[in-house]
Amino acid sequence: MNGPALALVTALFSTALLANVSQPSATQGAEPLERPSVQQQDTKPQVPPKTATPAQTPPAPPPEAAGPAVAIVNARILPASGSAIERGTLVMRGGRITAVGPSVQPPAGARVIDGAGKTVTPGLLDSGTQIGIVEIPLSAQGTADQRTTDPRVSAAFTVVDAFNGNSTVIPVTRVEGVTRTLVIPEATGNVLVGQGAVMDLSGAQVPGSVSRAPAAMVALLGQQGSAVAGGSRSTAILRLREILQDAADYSRNRTAFNTAQRREYATSRLDLEALQPVLKGEVPLAIHANRASDLLASMRLGEEFTLRVVLLGAAEGWMVAQEIAKRNVAVVVKPLTNLPAFDSLGATLENAARLSRAGVTLALATFDTHNSRNLRQEAGNAVAYGMDRDAALQSVTLIPARMWGVADRTGSLEAGKDADVVIWSGDPFELMTTAEHVFIKGHEVPPDTRQRQLFERYRDLRALPR
Amino acid sequence: MHVSRSRGRFFGLAGAVLLAAACTAMGQAPPQQPSPPKPDPTVPGEKASPPPTPPKEAPRTPPQGADQAGGAPPLVANAYASTYQAPSSPPTVIRNATILTAAGPVLERGAILLQGGKVAAIGQTVDAPADALLIDAGGKWVTPGIIDTHSHLGVYAAPGIEALQDGNEMTSPNTAEVSAEHSIWPQDPQFDLALAGGVTTMHVLPGSANLFGGRSVTLKNVPARTSEGMKFPGAPYGLKMACGENPKRVYGTRTTSPQTRMGNVAGYRRAWQSAADYRIKWQRWLKDGADPEKRPERNLQMETLAGVLDGEILVQNHCYRADEMAIMINMAREFGYRIASFHHAVEAYKVRDLLSEHGICASMWADWWGFKLEAYDGINQNIPLVHQAGACAIVHSDDPSGIQRLNQEAAKAMRAAAETGIPVERTDAIRWLTINPARALGIETVTGSLEPGKNADVVIWSGDPFSVYSRAERVFIDGALLFDRSDPSSGPRRDFSLGILPDGAR
Repeated sequence: MNGPALALVTALFSTALLANVSQPSATQGAEPLERPSVQQQDTKPQVPPKTATPAQTPPAPPPEAAGPAVAIVNARILPASGSAIERGTLVMRGGRITAVGPSVQPPAGARVIDGAGKTVTPGLLDSGTQIGIVEIPLSAQGTADQRTTDPRVSAAFTVVDAFNGNSTVIPVTRVEGVTRTLVIPEATGNVLVGQGAVMDLSGAQVPGSVSRAPAAMVALLGQQGSAVAGGSRSTAILRLREILQDAADYSRNRTAFNTAQRREYATSRLDLEALQPVLKGEVPLAIHANRASDLLASMRLGEEFTLRVVLLGAAEGWMVAQEIAKRNVAVVVKPLTNLPAFDSLGATLENAARLSRAGVTLALATFDTHNSRNLRQEAGNAVAYGMDRDAALQSVTLIPARMWGVADRTGSLEAGKDADVVIWSGDPFELMTTAEHVFIKGHEVPPDTRQRQLFERYRDLRALPR
Repeated sequence: MHVSRSRGRFFGLAGAVLLAAACTAMGQAPPQQPSPPKPDPTVPGEKASPPPTPPKEAPRTPPQGADQAGGAPPLVANAYASTYQAPSSPPTVIRNATILTAAGPVLERGAILLQGGKVAAIGQTVDAPADALLIDAGGKWVTPGIIDTHSHLGVYAAPGIEALQDGNEMTSPNTAEVSAEHSIWPQDPQFDLALAGGVTTMHVLPGSANLFGGRSVTLKNVPARTSEGMKFPGAPYGLKMACGENPKRVYGTRTTSPQTRMGNVAGYRRAWQSAADYRIKWQRWLKDGADPEKRPERNLQMETLAGVLDGEILVQNHCYRADEMAIMINMAREFGYRIASFHHAVEAYKVRDLLSEHGICASMWADWWGFKLEAYDGINQNIPLVHQAGACAIVHSDDPSGIQRLNQEAAKAMRAAAETGIPVERTDAIRWLTINPARALGIETVTGSLEPGKNADVVIWSGDPFSVYSRAERVFIDGALLFDRSDPSSGPRRDFSLGILPDGAR
């Protein structure tokens, strides 16, 4: 990574470190936290190790063992990384999970939460929202930063700089158990949409809320690609190929480019820079495509440039499930997608189950923003239509965490990971189950939301003038 | 909300393009003598079902005080009357089910007899005719068929391409002369998907771009070659009205009226006054002997509005904000009509006392919010609070995906109630999906609950209908088995779905 992009990331990190320093830390006298290595926690990483470059993943903050431990006892624990623990204990301290197991004892002085009858899971990760970059998408100037009309910017467009940690969508989402999300930009007039980032829903501003940036480069093929690239699927592929070729050429000829000794490229310098980690396989190219033929074309393009491809949408994924599994390409689906369109005539509620059974690496997502909180309803429906329950839980926790390169920090209940933990009143996918306690990086999320305040205000109308 | 169908979804490029497509101008219908409405023999008490439960505050008669009885011009023309005939079906007994009747307590291990298209008996046991088909529903639940008060199936059909954008005649703020029934494509494959979600009846409306979007129509979710073949016999027409952001955005950006909320209200009032005048003209003509030489000119737009003033057409009013709902209630009083239901009603909870007082239903989502400012104050307790206030709470979809799982939407509202101490039982929540929508559509005397004599619109669920894992297993309309999950090939399959996939599988 070079030039402005590097400068940006460097700046990000300097601020990140400053932010950490400024946080109250009380490491003295605290018990040392073990932090198992990535390999120990996560035996089947989807993300090649090379992605964990210092330039992209913030260094782990120093263990801040501030405050007492929290211990959830007697709970049914679904760690997503292994089998269920029927009456187990989970201990978190200093922002991290310190112990999980059937015979773990709560440390002295810990806040103990009785989890009898409750179910504990990792916080959920929704792969593809616009939380923090859109407040009100329609007729509300200044509240929507999810897309740009600047024709000079496509791949370089990033969600991070616009992310608003004070968005009212964040509390509304996290109180229902979604603790992190891949934020992606919205389709604009280019086959390359821009860069997505994994953000936590702690309410922290950037950089504190950044789990990984960039985590995905978003592109459009199929019908959506056709709409922005000359009206044909074919030109969408061609355009994307041209840009990727130019990005590769640019990386070999920067000096020539900067002295105007190189032919004109298909896109701007900023975009070419942004594509370098994609060409290196450090950041996946997340391609919106639905039709079976478009999924195959997307994978062919990925092979042409040896990219890591993630298919977003993939409504007809089940029709080419074997081909997807064979190529070890990851897929993100919205399970409730079943309306027939010419782009997805084969859409079915069984898509998730069929892909999962074929062995495809699968994440489930809402592709929504204000109702990202319905991720568990999506997962529950995937189960109702044949997906294995444990697989469905993994598809909203550990698998997307691996997909987007944050599995070293979140996605499962394992000692050493950030304490993104939800205590549910029952089956997490059931509609009448409540998220009773939600922890993000060990901090319990307050139940307060703007919606809750509205409810409280209008709970008794007699107190209000007409 | 149907001006913007994308509601904050990401992939709205195609949608944005499609919405820009305007329909061609309506051809002028040749003037013809309107014929008086004929009773539809297929429905008991036909001739415009009485308006839903009378409002506590009866609407005032129009200011001019014209005689209503037979005084109005014939407004519900029958040129497009329902041709639906209930298919014959064997007597069917469903036994051992947990039954939510929407008319009383839960029947545990209950039984229901469907015969002649009607609920013939219901109770712990029923006397089964010798030739009855017996279904043992041990462990399963039975409810009335789900009714959606707000759908655009058929008018925004799938596939969602430009060629099928037939839901919004965005050419004038008042298009009361159009009727959704003339856009409905009976081959919309989304009807079949809704049926698999237990939906037996739906109200299909024009979109919300206009102050007066046109007539809306109630359909049975049955296969047919024509929209008349789906029309619910005897169900009154609706009139789609829209408050707030949509009309003022659509027309305001064209620098035509309305551009503001006050412009919206002026537009409604102007039209209502014209309709009142039109109505008097016809009433006088009838009173003076109906001389064909002196017959007033027929105006299709005014005819629809006058039908509302006559109480024969029910107002279905898209309205998000509490203060705007209050204005619409006042306007209904000013011109002497009543509002059957507010739709979307994201702020209904703020004026739930008014809704209760005026006997107006609210058709709501469980949790949609934030996609525009007038939806920004949406709360999960909206439905439970309206219910708790004694008003008529309804879960609606306005969405071809949501219509497939209205039961799940109700379940989320139940959770919100439980989390905040609002008492809601399953016997309440089932009413949000069945009898309350029937009331808002003026069909509550014939469907919407499982009571003897009512249409046998019935769903057998694999389990508790408020569980995410439960699915509709069998769906009956007028006693006929329309959907059977164990044998999907037996159910309706719209023409569009045939041969569309290489192996025909879905």
